[in-house]
Amino acid sequence: MTPELLTEVEMITVVIDGFEVTVPKGTLVIRAAEKLGIQIPRFCDHPLLSPAGACRQCLVDIEINGRAFPKPQASCTIPVENNMIVKTQLSSPVADKAQKGVMELLLINHPLDCPVCDKGGECPLQNQAMSNGRPESRYEGVKRTFDKPVSISSQVLLDRERCVLCARCTRFSDEIAGDPFITLNERGALQQVGIYENDPFESYYSGNTVQICPVGALTGASYRFRSRPFDLISVDSACEHCASGCAMRTDIRRGKTLRRLAGEDALVNEEWNCDKGRWAFKYLAARERVTSPMIRGEDGELHEASWPQAIAAAANGLKGKRAGVLVGGRATLEDAYGYSKFARVALGTNDIDFRSRPHSDEETSFIAGVAAYSTTTYKDIDKADHVVLLGFEPEDESPIVFLRIFKQVKKRGLLVTSDAPYASRGSVKLKAKLVSTISEVSGLTEKSVVILGERLAETTGALSAAVELAEKAGAKIAWIPRRAGERGAIESGAIANLLPGGRPITDIAARVDIQSAWSVSSLPITPGRSTSEILSALALGSDNVSALDAVVIGGVDPMDISNQGLSQLLNTFVVSLEISHSAVTAIADVVLPVAAVVEKSGTFLDWQGSPRAFEKGITEALNRSDVRILSMIAEEIGSPIELPTVAATRREIEALGKWDGAKAEFTKVSLASKSASGDKLTLSSWRQLLDLGTLQAGEANLAGTARTAVAHISANRAASLGVSEGQNVRISSDLGSIILPVAISKMSDESIWVPRNSQGSQVIANLGFVGGQVTVVKA
Amino acid sequence: MTKLQPVLSAHWDEKDSFTIEGYKRHGGYKAVTTALAMEPDAVIQMIKDSGLRGRGGAGFPTGSKWGFIPQGDNKDHYLVVNADESEPGTCKDMPLLLANPHSLIEGIIIGSYAIRANHAFIYLRGEVVHVFRRVQQAIEDAYKAGLLGKNIGGKGFDLELTLHAGAGAYICGEETALLDSLEGFRGQPRLRPPFPAIAGLYAKPTVVNNVESIASVPAIIANGIEWFQSLGTEKSKGFTLYSLSGHVENPGQFEAPLGITLREILELSGGVRKGHHLKFWTPGGSSTPIFTAEHLDVPLDYEGVSAAGSMLGTKALQIFDETTCVVRAALRWSEFYKHESCGKCTPCREGTWWLVQMLHDLEAGKGTEADLEKLLDLCDNIAGRSFCALADGAVAPIISSLKYFRSEYLEHQRNGGCPFDPVASTNFSVVNS
Amino acid sequence: MSATDFTTEQIAIMDKIISRYPRSRSAVMPLLHYVQSIDGFVSPRGIEKIAEILELATAEVTAVSSFYTQYLTKPVGEYHVGVCINTLCAVMGGDAIYDSVSDHLGIGNHETTKDGKVSLERIECNAACDYAPVVMVNWEFYDNQTPQSVNDLVDAARAGNPPAPTRGPNKLRTWKENSAVLAGLDDGLANEGISAGEASLRGLKIAKDSK
Repeated sequence: MTPELLTEVEMITVVIDGFEVTVPKGTLVIRAAEKLGIQIPRFCDHPLLSPAGACRQCLVDIEINGRAFPKPQASCTIPVENNMIVKTQLSSPVADKAQKGVMELLLINHPLDCPVCDKGGECPLQNQAMSNGRPESRYEGVKRTFDKPVSISSQVLLDRERCVLCARCTRFSDEIAGDPFITLNERGALQQVGIYENDPFESYYSGNTVQICPVGALTGASYRFRSRPFDLISVDSACEHCASGCAMRTDIRRGKTLRRLAGEDALVNEEWNCDKGRWAFKYLAARERVTSPMIRGEDGELHEASWPQAIAAAANGLKGKRAGVLVGGRATLEDAYGYSKFARVALGTNDIDFRSRPHSDEETSFIAGVAAYSTTTYKDIDKADHVVLLGFEPEDESPIVFLRIFKQVKKRGLLVTSDAPYASRGSVKLKAKLVSTISEVSGLTEKSVVILGERLAETTGALSAAVELAEKAGAKIAWIPRRAGERGAIESGAIANLLPGGRPITDIAARVDIQSAWSVSSLPITPGRSTSEILSALALGSDNVSALDAVVIGGVDPMDISNQGLSQLLNTFVVSLEISHSAVTAIADVVLPVAAVVEKSGTFLDWQGSPRAFEKGITEALNRSDVRILSMIAEEIGSPIELPTVAATRREIEALGKWDGAKAEFTKVSLASKSASGDKLTLSSWRQLLDLGTLQAGEANLAGTARTAVAHISANRAASLGVSEGQNVRISSDLGSIILPVAISKMSDESIWVPRNSQGSQVIANLGFVGGQVTVVKA
Repeated sequence: MTKLQPVLSAHWDEKDSFTIEGYKRHGGYKAVTTALAMEPDAVIQMIKDSGLRGRGGAGFPTGSKWGFIPQGDNKDHYLVVNADESEPGTCKDMPLLLANPHSLIEGIIIGSYAIRANHAFIYLRGEVVHVFRRVQQAIEDAYKAGLLGKNIGGKGFDLELTLHAGAGAYICGEETALLDSLEGFRGQPRLRPPFPAIAGLYAKPTVVNNVESIASVPAIIANGIEWFQSLGTEKSKGFTLYSLSGHVENPGQFEAPLGITLREILELSGGVRKGHHLKFWTPGGSSTPIFTAEHLDVPLDYEGVSAAGSMLGTKALQIFDETTCVVRAALRWSEFYKHESCGKCTPCREGTWWLVQMLHDLEAGKGTEADLEKLLDLCDNIAGRSFCALADGAVAPIISSLKYFRSEYLEHQRNGGCPFDPVASTNFSVVNS
Repeated sequence: MSATDFTTEQIAIMDKIISRYPRSRSAVMPLLHYVQSIDGFVSPRGIEKIAEILELATAEVTAVSSFYTQYLTKPVGEYHVGVCINTLCAVMGGDAIYDSVSDHLGIGNHETTKDGKVSLERIECNAACDYAPVVMVNWEFYDNQTPQSVNDLVDAARAGNPPAPTRGPNKLRTWKENSAVLAGLDDGLANEGISAGEASLRGLKIAKDSK
């Protein structure tokens, strides 16, 4: 509970085992005891799930106003009251016997296979059996057996013999994720967790059930039999997969990440994360790592080089050239700051952009005028009277944001409006009212939150219209990009029109700030260009006055922007800072290996702008952070940026602080009218959470739970095309086509939706755009 | 002069007792007219004053239950009738519904009017198809007669009545499990509070009453409080159905004022089967601790049975004579509770599993005296530790049978198995021998 | 398999069942009874259809169907025979009846004869203890049974000519037909059969006789 809420609630004082404790009204006895350091054993209890009172492990004696309950009560279900006296196992022989009795009963049918169980060593059942159980069982009967383990998805395995039926997993799936795909089945001694045989446990949040299982009943395929908890080194980390900002824990053994768990942050992810964050960490091993600096030789091949050779080669190729910088949306704040300063100081240019996705000039202006200063937080969602989702599909694009909205929908019927083109699974769970244009959104107040996704940049005028809508009502605006590094990149000035700290490039005072902080006499004044403009400039040819001759690329896949992105790099000098070999390293002139997230320290700013700092997990790694390498190149060029370490970079960012002067103006443009032309349909798409994303490489079990790619069309459209549910259609543009089975949904007859980057549906590569007019025929 | 007092069962011997005509012939549905002319609160007060207590087992005052429903709260209210009759030995509601379903419907109309409910439900166990037919027909006929639906009796009172079939789950007799079941979930008990009167069906204020309790209401309205209070004992007012079964000459339904004794019922009905004598019996179903011949004169009302160490329960008098093995009886009941445990909580789910195994061994003569102590300790770890009362019921026959027949348990060990002849206890044993 | 192959008429009945309740989810149980009346058990297509029309996850439907003993995961016989083996009936002869009929049919608990006519189940107390030992066929009462009477009953059932229930309609309906009744579909047989059996009238008769 947050302090500001605390002051509003009545406080209650109870006596537990002779000690007084004062807690807010509504606090459960089990948690009041925790405040005193009294640990009442429990299994089904979980602070974020509704009380179940099912396992009966937490029985205590309770007396109120001198009247004792005739029998012990489950402390996980009873809120404190004034004049309550609680006696736990520490002071009540009855409670102690009750707990030991329940523990004995829990163990009679447990296989006691701790030596071969993944949970062994970190198992609440094992631990509490030791602390609150009988030394020996009196059970001499036959144990219940089940087939085991059962795959309930490609990622999660179920061992019903170990299960204590606490229903944490089923309550989580239903209450928190809204995916009641696992349930308690059968009854009595045969009660068991299970799925419907034809529908696996394919929830984006399934991994949380593995984490909160108090025994070894639910295990993840990727960690099963891999390690013992006492062989692992755990480090706090932050998730690199999206802008939700999950706190994470990374478990490492001998320099290798073995698993990742959701960390705790009450203000962000509470105790949850999504399956991508949990299980997509094998991308490092999936592709060939760049292990040494490399220089392209006369023979056209890359050759290993020493660091000084490679740094010199990079500096030589960039020095005095017209060069731009492309930094992907996954850079840390410190690295992005490095790129920003490198562009301005070492290359003397504002040609820098972090957007490795479709973008627009309108968005550039929006970022500098609105997004950079957004102070909207998760708490505003918690308190909102209405949440509007525009160009943003939270379950796919920021899954923890989805959980927070869902929580309020479930708790108090929070009103949600979405411009999703069809009733997506997320929209259905949020009971969202669907609108087809921004102008249809109504019912906003100053307590409302309008969430804008990065996809709004794909429709001219959409960002402008959305901002105007929110401003009119005084509603809060949140801009939630997909990638983890985008907000940090904005605040680092890794975009043409901003300097670090949200300083407008055109603002004299802002420039002076930065000049003095950086000890430089001037900063480039020529307006910078966007990612797509930089790529075009690189392909212009050196004779053109607007051309660029060289580019520094960090973690960008040009194919994310357009299917011609890569070819635009062919005749320029490319310095690539990369983790693994890629399409860019294949054509780069100098390749410099950089550290992956787990190998370095850094910070992500989540969508709220809150820092999510993390320290190096794998200490054995020799890899360097991008910022350090950029600092070496700048030194070699002769325009040092003086950022030798991440720590030094953090200090400089902190010293610089945020801009408190006049903000840049967001120049609004008018909304393009939708026009369906002839027989063509308007295609829209977004990336599903689990798809062909680079960072999900190498994790087949996770990929197995991805939603199958389908094309959503209306029933009328299906009828006119002569297809029924599940039959294939061919979707074509001038550049190519994709074939997908259809799913019939409530949506406009003129629209079609397909996943942007899934198996069988790679929209940019196959169709050449992310949205537009397509021809659809029965295939 | 007999102590028996047929009220609900008074006309069951008429061929058409279950029809609306048959019911009306004896004054049926007049109580509705009387009640609708009263203020709803006055109806509640009348039932409170009558002293009617729940006939489903717990004996909670029916009028008080109605009085807990918050009024003027602008919420839907519901009346739900518990017709899930599944407690072993209990067999009163099914014959009542088969022969006289309109008494229940009339009670429902009055009860719903009193608590301001516009939709009522009958949750009928699913394993009784013909009872379902009868109740459904009765509901249909009541609609046709303008006793259900819109503007009942021209008094502006609307009531919908839905008949819902269960599907085989004893636990759904527990009122919160019943509500979850009726909402389309697994029938597992809910946490209380909130109690159904505040958040019951669909989280709305709800009264859950047993069939017999509600069916008794029209008679109280029609005959008055004084009449009702003239029957029964000081704290257990009125008449009720006693169900006699087992080793007796004449099993069946005996409607009588509360407080009658088993001795009286046996005397009226012809006693324990010829040539045999009473060994043990249940006063109110298998969940009520067993009695023996020493309890023949216990007044069968809420207080009397309770004072003697058991519970009136559903007044299911299951009679077992000396041919019956009490260990076999306890084992079989344990198997029932194991089968019917909902699985939600540990003590019940795992405890009944273990109890069955222990009793199996004891019946097979494989138990020792030390095992009896273990068995009692296990019962102690189950009773009062579980989520609902099912597990308390599960240990009741074990603890009580050990109390009265401990030596019989040990006899199994000495004998190397059950010393009883199962054939001797069947009701066709005479034919066979 | 898609869940669309119920007939339009059947789907209309499902909609009607749902309309009895203030909230659609309450219709899960009658819909499951209804699916059993069509398919003879809780079929996968039934689960998928119920999930679809009630907007539930299929797992939520199986969670419910697997909780209740009347919902079956495989088809039973045309005549489903339940022998009460709860304490009182067991002692009074239910155990003997079960053993005898099981032997006679050559099938055990939850098994069906090869001809698909008769299946057997050990059932718990069916609220007819004053008629012990009790046997239920398609959930109709067969009171005061003996091993011989039940063997005769199943033989007659297999021959297509089962005796009428003791307290029930004039003719025994099939298991599927009775499942439809539990779904709330009126078969018009409510007025058939007696008001009350002999035991039910015992107290009434004594009271009348003594007057």
